[in-house]
Amino acid sequence: MNLVRNLFGSSIGRKFIMALTGLVLIGFVFGHLVGNLQVFAHPDKINGYAHFLQSLGPVLWLVRIGLLVCVGLHIWAATALTLESRRARGSESYGVKTWIQAGFASRYIRWSGYVVLGFILYHLAHFTVGVAQADTYKTALPAHTLTSDYHVLGFTVVPAGTRVHDVHQMVVLGFQPPLVSLFYIVAVGLLSLHLLHGMDSLFQTLGWRNASWSRSLRTVVTLLCVAYFAASLVIPGAVLTGALKPAPAVKTASAQ
Amino acid sequence: MVAVNTQKLFSVTLRVWRQSGPAQPGKFVDYPAKDLNPNMSFLEMLDVVNDELAAQGIEPIAFAHDCREGICGTCSCTINGKPHGPGKGIATCQTYMRSFSDGDTIVVEPFRARAFPVIKDLVTDRAAFDKIQQAGGFITARAGSAPDANALPIAKGDADLAMDAAQCIGCGACVAACKNASAMLFVSAKVSHLGLLPQGQAERNRRVLAMVNTMDALGFGSCTNQYECSAACPKLISHDFIARMNRDYLKASFRSAFKAAPANTGGGGA
Repeated sequence: MNLVRNLFGSSIGRKFIMALTGLVLIGFVFGHLVGNLQVFAHPDKINGYAHFLQSLGPVLWLVRIGLLVCVGLHIWAATALTLESRRARGSESYGVKTWIQAGFASRYIRWSGYVVLGFILYHLAHFTVGVAQADTYKTALPAHTLTSDYHVLGFTVVPAGTRVHDVHQMVVLGFQPPLVSLFYIVAVGLLSLHLLHGMDSLFQTLGWRNASWSRSLRTVVTLLCVAYFAASLVIPGAVLTGALKPAPAVKTASAQ
Repeated sequence: MVAVNTQKLFSVTLRVWRQSGPAQPGKFVDYPAKDLNPNMSFLEMLDVVNDELAAQGIEPIAFAHDCREGICGTCSCTINGKPHGPGKGIATCQTYMRSFSDGDTIVVEPFRARAFPVIKDLVTDRAAFDKIQQAGGFITARAGSAPDANALPIAKGDADLAMDAAQCIGCGACVAACKNASAMLFVSAKVSHLGLLPQGQAERNRRVLAMVNTMDALGFGSCTNQYECSAACPKLISHDFIARMNRDYLKASFRSAFKAAPANTGGGGA
């Protein structure tokens, strides 16, 4: 079918796939960040939230698979387009070539992408699978008993008294090694840089950008990226500086 | 305000790409360019250097040129790493030697892209652009006597925008400037200039699909939204046209997929 060929086989189609998957992933990273900021509230908040997400079962897997497909397609499109573009440039390179106006974020988008990919893999190993830093993974920590109900949209989804994994403790302990925190800070910095070009670009690729509002778009994108970086920096930053400490442990039996 | 019209002669060193044929390896060769009038155009300077080379029995530097007034798109050359040289919104032929200073080394290379093979020295084969044009850069019009002027109302804004796109002279600087050797600025200008006008509507979907698919098949790269193309363009064609082409291409792809097809005709769909 021509539509499938045009989307997966043409230059503009592949860019479209890159933009759409990027849009989904931007939505995810911002949502993920807002969820994570609950670490600054009472441990009941983030622990109840984590328990709620885990209890979604098949829905959780649907979302996870959807996100993995997006990451996969995003990387596939980037790789295919880059290889094609390299071939297009030809074998003879310029003796002298100057950049006229391309920005820093756009010139290093591939490199920021590599670091972000490495970061995602470590992040999953660290907090999702529990392979990295296994001694502070949630299953190795004492369980947390919720002292208040956890609500979503006004509905109680996890009642008080439920024994849940202590994600709050896992995050705080997980960020205590300075190297881990620094890696997170550098990686979210590069992710913000990646988004600085990516968010702007997706409007161009989808055909929603023109000179009359490209400056406002650029400003909004820059503010969002700075806000994203600042808010992401705060979590490992607070642990490193000691502002965010492990909650006084309620001595109970280990979780399963 | 009148520019300082100095006649003080000066000299530069040209570092020129010399390549005797498409399959031959090329290399940079330095030539002195002495006693230049600052008000010479870059191409006139090359003429002067070539006269001297010919007198010495050296093969003159081959370079493409035609109108020398910035409207034909024949002249090319990447000068000091920027297609068409240092000026903004001008072609090589309208780059003047006063843009350079005494003692400069000026690096002159052909436009480089796999789709623009070098024929000789600074001359490249840009026939790929013609092939893209042939794929869809036309409209269907009744031949015969000219229609009445203004018989077809066109909004002023659309007409102006179409004219902005139509300013493209097809020189290939966009491809030469792009790190991906992407032709999207050229193709988007051609797609938009016809697609914005009522006369271009009949082929609108077919045009964008055919031109983009031909562009891909000819081995041009894709757009990374760095906008080096519009910055290098001698006609300052806006990259807004690329956004417009992206939208048109996606729309046409979806439309052609779900559109009813006539039962008994051979083609002409999309």
